[in-house]
Amino acid sequence: MENLIALLVAAPLLGAAVLLCGGRRLDRAGHRLGTLLAAASFVIGAVLFFDMLGRGAEERALHQHLFSWVPVESFRADIAFQLDQLSMTFVLLITGVGTLIHVYSIGYMEHDERRRRFFGYLNLFLAAMLLLVLADNYLLLYFGWEGVGLASYLLIGFWQHKPSAATAAKKAFLVNRVGDMGLSIAIMLMFTTFGTFAFGPVLAAAGETGEGMLTAIGLMLLLAACGKSAQVPLQSWLGDAMEGPTPVSALIHAATMVTAGVYLITRSGAIFNAAPDAQLAVVVVGAVTLLFGAIVGCAKDDIKKALAGSTMSQIGYMILAAGLGPIGYAFAIMHLVTHGFFKAGLFLGAGSVMHGMNDEVDMRKYGGLRKYMPVTFVTFGLGYLAIIGFPGLSGFWSKDKIIEAAFAKGGTEGWILGAVTLLGAGITAYYMTRVMIMTFFGEKRWQPAPDADAVPSAEPAAEDHAGRMPHPHESPKSMTVPMILLAFGSVFAGGLFSLNSAFVHWLEPVTAFEHGHPPIGAAAVTASTVVVLLIGVGIAYAQYGRKPVPVVAPRGSLLTRAARRDLLQDDFNHVVLVRGGEHLTRSLVYMDHTLVDGVVNGTAASVGGLSGRLRKLQNGFARSYAVSMFGGTAVLIAATLLMRGV
Amino acid sequence: MSESSTVFPLLTVTAALPAAGAILTAAVPAARRTAAKWLALLVSLGTLVLAAFVVVRFEPDGARYQLTESHAWIEDFGVRYELGVDGIGVALIALTALLIPFIVLAGWHDADPLETRSRRWRPTQGFFALILMVEAMVILSFAATDVFLFYILFEAMLIPMYFLIGGFGDRAHTGSDENAAAQRSYAAVKFLLYNLVGGLIMLAAVIGLYVVAGNFSLTEIAEARASGSLEMATDTERLLFLGFFFAFAVKAPLWPLHTWLPNAMGEATAPVAVLITAVVDKVGTFAMLRFCLQLFPEASKWATPVIIALALISIVYGALLAVGQRDIKRLVAYASISHFGFIVMGIFAMTSQGQSGATLYMVNHGISTAALMLVAGFLITRRGSRLIADYGGVQKVAPVLAGTFLVGGLATLSLPGLAPFVSEFLVLVGTFARYPVAGIIATTGIVLAALYTLVLYQRTMTGPVKEEVRAMPDLKARELVVVAPLIALLLVLGVYPKPLTEIVDPAVRHTMSDVQQKDPRPEVEAAK
Amino acid sequence: MNPVNYLYLASLLFTIGAAGVLIRRNAIVVFMCVELMLNACNLALVAFSRMHGNLDGQIIAFFTMVVAAAEVVVGLAIIVSLFRSRHSASVDDASLMKL
Repeated sequence: MENLIALLVAAPLLGAAVLLCGGRRLDRAGHRLGTLLAAASFVIGAVLFFDMLGRGAEERALHQHLFSWVPVESFRADIAFQLDQLSMTFVLLITGVGTLIHVYSIGYMEHDERRRRFFGYLNLFLAAMLLLVLADNYLLLYFGWEGVGLASYLLIGFWQHKPSAATAAKKAFLVNRVGDMGLSIAIMLMFTTFGTFAFGPVLAAAGETGEGMLTAIGLMLLLAACGKSAQVPLQSWLGDAMEGPTPVSALIHAATMVTAGVYLITRSGAIFNAAPDAQLAVVVVGAVTLLFGAIVGCAKDDIKKALAGSTMSQIGYMILAAGLGPIGYAFAIMHLVTHGFFKAGLFLGAGSVMHGMNDEVDMRKYGGLRKYMPVTFVTFGLGYLAIIGFPGLSGFWSKDKIIEAAFAKGGTEGWILGAVTLLGAGITAYYMTRVMIMTFFGEKRWQPAPDADAVPSAEPAAEDHAGRMPHPHESPKSMTVPMILLAFGSVFAGGLFSLNSAFVHWLEPVTAFEHGHPPIGAAAVTASTVVVLLIGVGIAYAQYGRKPVPVVAPRGSLLTRAARRDLLQDDFNHVVLVRGGEHLTRSLVYMDHTLVDGVVNGTAASVGGLSGRLRKLQNGFARSYAVSMFGGTAVLIAATLLMRGV
Repeated sequence: MSESSTVFPLLTVTAALPAAGAILTAAVPAARRTAAKWLALLVSLGTLVLAAFVVVRFEPDGARYQLTESHAWIEDFGVRYELGVDGIGVALIALTALLIPFIVLAGWHDADPLETRSRRWRPTQGFFALILMVEAMVILSFAATDVFLFYILFEAMLIPMYFLIGGFGDRAHTGSDENAAAQRSYAAVKFLLYNLVGGLIMLAAVIGLYVVAGNFSLTEIAEARASGSLEMATDTERLLFLGFFFAFAVKAPLWPLHTWLPNAMGEATAPVAVLITAVVDKVGTFAMLRFCLQLFPEASKWATPVIIALALISIVYGALLAVGQRDIKRLVAYASISHFGFIVMGIFAMTSQGQSGATLYMVNHGISTAALMLVAGFLITRRGSRLIADYGGVQKVAPVLAGTFLVGGLATLSLPGLAPFVSEFLVLVGTFARYPVAGIIATTGIVLAALYTLVLYQRTMTGPVKEEVRAMPDLKARELVVVAPLIALLLVLGVYPKPLTEIVDPAVRHTMSDVQQKDPRPEVEAAK
Repeated sequence: MNPVNYLYLASLLFTIGAAGVLIRRNAIVVFMCVELMLNACNLALVAFSRMHGNLDGQIIAFFTMVVAAAEVVVGLAIIVSLFRSRHSASVDDASLMKL
């Protein structure tokens, strides 16, 4: 059975290789091949899942050793896989949502001449992501980690002819690289501390070294997680990443890749458990991002960017939960899975709206779409109810548990964290209601699309329709079916997972589990969550539902304006890093030319000057040469005589 | 004396074939230009086959130096024609033999005469003959185990390189022809002067070594040093070490002796630029491993902190300068300076990971730079400009060219899955184990590498299509034949570098014992 | 007679020759002065030969004479062709050999 694991990765990898190297011949069948291989991977995953269910909780992990990757003395990195319950959860999420999004893309990318390549990149992403979660050592994980970064780079910049897309892609890769630096330093620290970086030995030996070292490793892992999962301070790339086609935003920048940081922290649980300082840092990062993303999400008028802010914030919840230790790991992963369903569904819904609206992304130009796109409205609506944590839907089960666990942390810390998570839930309800109302309710506000160039993120189809009135219409079956399936997930997954705490028991052998007891009682927490939620919805309704939404955004308060600019983080980066870097490189180029090269050229010039002066002695008069000859001879003779005399 | 006369002199033949090929190519009549090209290609492929034999015949777990040959040469001074290869030499000979056919093929039209000056005017023949000559010398210098023989080759290499840089410039220059010729000759002279100065200082050290040791044989001196029968005063050893190291640091090139490289790579044609950085410069780093560490182990350890610092400066400085370049080829040159910093750091970290990584790095950097630079050359030839600002949106008109360029770039930034990642990570781990701070600073290199590569890609390949590139054709069959195997090799070595590490590892183990260093033990194990 | 006297004579002749080379401009005279110096050396060599009682000095003197003869041939040829092209035999006029 374990021999199947490699096939999980191999199927999409084959697809990527064939589609990217195959050339134009495959243009007509490429998307089908890509979807088929993604589905094949899902089927293999499902087979492995049922096989795993058939074994006892402690014997579920499978290992497969393919070959030795980099063997140098004591440095052993292997291409080897480990499939345990945690990896299994991810495999099903990745291949399942991945397959749905492949199907969705068939319709969404129908008019794009480079559709074959798009599917090639998607398959490449699946392969890299599966490698990431299946690796049995940190170096192989790093391989997948950078692989998904590459796929993300290629897909964000898929419409490369738009400078904004190319810039966003580059930015995403660069910010991620800063995080990767953390991961590589963490691996180096592991190697010098434990002599290995395979999960098994490292996590088993975590207790044998000092807390300082573990804290260092933990912080470096956190840096890596911040980069990949768009957590403060490395969150700035996620908003721009929405330049990519919407299925990409759904798959990579909502459901799967951005959650890799949560996976990394959960996987390295043993290290964090023994390093409370690192855990505290994780919790702080999660809490800050949770609020940061939520505030940004409130101010954006671009539907995808609002959802991106929401993604950031929801991952903040997961990171926070993972930072709580054994009381939180299982809930972090559970929220990750439910979030995968409803956020992918929301993004696909947004894509469907854009598809029907000439790729308009400004929510102020939507309005009243529920009549024109009923399926999209219903599925989006269910996703909306799930994300705000409406009782009974998926998001409720997972988010509520995280809030409980935050309170259960105990002490002042617990109160602060609990309050932050509660506040976050309220803001989530607010901005999602805002999105919902602005898009589907109220008066229709759409107007002829202006020039394609004027819309910063106009997608290529917009060029064809420039200047025409949008005709909102429901999307084709290939797009609505995945949305419906994801909506089912958004509604039922959470409840299913919570039956008899099934999900927690499933993960317990890998992540360990401790039951947390909030100081105010679980029921009180749930009740206050619901109250906060209703307040958030109410405020949003009062602001956007009761009066018409202005088509041109009002100036807004200082906070709103800052939030529209991602709380000024980009401006900070621009001034400090971009400008500063430009000055640094420019002065270094100058220095290289004048100083380093100058020393050499100066030496050459001074030698030249000296010889120029010596040259004057050679005046061409035979008699003056004769004088110098005689003089020289005389000096030589005198010197000889003197030497002899002495 | 000819102890090994019964054995087939494989190494000599491997080097002699391109040398003979060079003479033959040079002798092809002016009108038969194409014949000269095919001859050069055939000879380089023949050399590749011979190099493959070297790899096959080499037994990783056998004696340290294999395929040895030894003949008396200048008996009065104890100079011998001594050849022999260890794993590191084998890897680099294979790299050289592998790259030359691609260089020949990529430079197929680079030396076609623009006008017929006279019946005896045959630049094409000269171009390919010089390339083969360089190949012969480089292969021989990787195999030389006699210090004097190595020195001769080390210096003689400069002559063909000088003519290749100065005589066959990049046609995609900016400004007038005279201006371009002036810049070219400046670059060629600068290259020559830098390397000559380095070589002369090395000559003094070579003579000094002879005075101290009484012969030039690397194996004999190293053995005598190891057994203690050859004592050197500390100061003498350090001076001799510095003499050798200086020459290699110029060649490598290490900051602050690097400024000849951007000029030379910028002015030369792309294939010659590859020849410089991927092949000839490797002699410098190779010689550090073979001569500096083996002959002067104590002095090497003494100089390590300074050298690590210089290597670190090279890494960061080269990368930062690459970010600031406006010329594609100079950008690649500065990137190479950064990579050479990694190689030197790996060598002097004195851990087996560092040294294996450095050796792999030499091979991988050769392949990845060749891929990136040759595609850049194809691009530059099409548009006739080296300036990044003159490009934009190439991806739309020539997707295959852009795709291969991207893969070359990703290899340069050490993406896992491509060969350079393995070596770079080994170097980093090896350095980190002994010098954690240096390891962490060097890690910033991976961010900077991403910056210069992606900025280059973004500015040239993406965005709206510029008017001047609208009619740009995609890669032709000849060019694909050049690029595709290199990319395939990058992928294979990135996922399965084991064949290479198996050859290199025993050699590294020998070097480690020469300098009497052991890998630092992991903390947990050490505590037990 | 004391052979040292020959040496005095030789040095006197040499000095005269040297002074002539330095002072005179006419190429012919300079040339003759060079010959004078050569012959002064010959005289000294012969005198040394006599003083030390072996023939080495005399042999070298013969060499010198042969060289001087060859030099006369080349030198005069140069002077003649110089005079033909410039209509002057002044050594200072021929100062083109400078950078």
